[in-house]
Amino acid sequence: MKVLIPTPLRQYAEKKDSVEIAAGNVGDALRKLTTEHPDLRRHLFTDDGKLRAFVNVYLNDEDIRYLQKENTPLRESDTISIVPSIAGGACADRGMRWRRE
Amino acid sequence: MLRILQAEFDAIRRHGEETYPQECCGVLLGKLGEDSRARVVAATIRCGNTRTDSPRDRYHIDPGELVRIQRQGRERAQDIVGFYHSHPDHPARWSQTDLAEAHWIGCSYVITSVEQGRAKITNSFLLAGTVEDDKHFEDEEIEILAGTRPVVAESSHRAPASLAGEK
Repeated sequence: MKVLIPTPLRQYAEKKDSVEIAAGNVGDALRKLTTEHPDLRRHLFTDDGKLRAFVNVYLNDEDIRYLQKENTPLRESDTISIVPSIAGGACADRGMRWRRE
Repeated sequence: MLRILQAEFDAIRRHGEETYPQECCGVLLGKLGEDSRARVVAATIRCGNTRTDSPRDRYHIDPGELVRIQRQGRERAQDIVGFYHSHPDHPARWSQTDLAEAHWIGCSYVITSVEQGRAKITNSFLLAGTVEDDKHFEDEEIEILAGTRPVVAESSHRAPASLAGEK
């Protein structure tokens, strides 16, 4: 199966945009990925080994949080996407607007 | 530096006007320049803002939508090189929330201020650093490309300050 590497993490995976991995479940695939490319580990996992909160992992079109999380089984034809979250907004600075302008 | 076609640049600003007084958001598909210092935008993709609880000053893109866009990009040999959103009635500067919730290091974050429904200033910020602990935004120049296809090696028309926005 294939793991798609997002743009910011490719520098830690020999600039590859995808990596082929043989694994039985999602957790196993991520462990093998970070064993093969150890520099990826700290970008995906916290120091105690948990997937970082802002890292979304999709199996094909499904968020693994709504499947069996890292125990989600894999088939050879599957694709895992690693997608850091995208969010933000002006809110935290609202009160500073007039002072800055 | 962010290089973007005039039509795509205009589309970002128009999106902010259309969603006013709510924040708009979207994805920039393209390629990294040969020296990795420039991001060349080939297409802008509009996304929905899932922050229905506070859409006037927050945005969030459904990661499932990002997965689909990433796949769409791969089919065209394009990568996600950045994102855009608007700040309704607020300056085109990154906020602490923007920084805290930015995780695509090496990508561009484009912000357009929209005042009373009109797009005013558009700025771009490169999310620099190596890890969450040292990430930071750096101001980056926006170069507007004339023509129909973006180029990496050759710079072309540079937008006047009134279009590209002033820092």
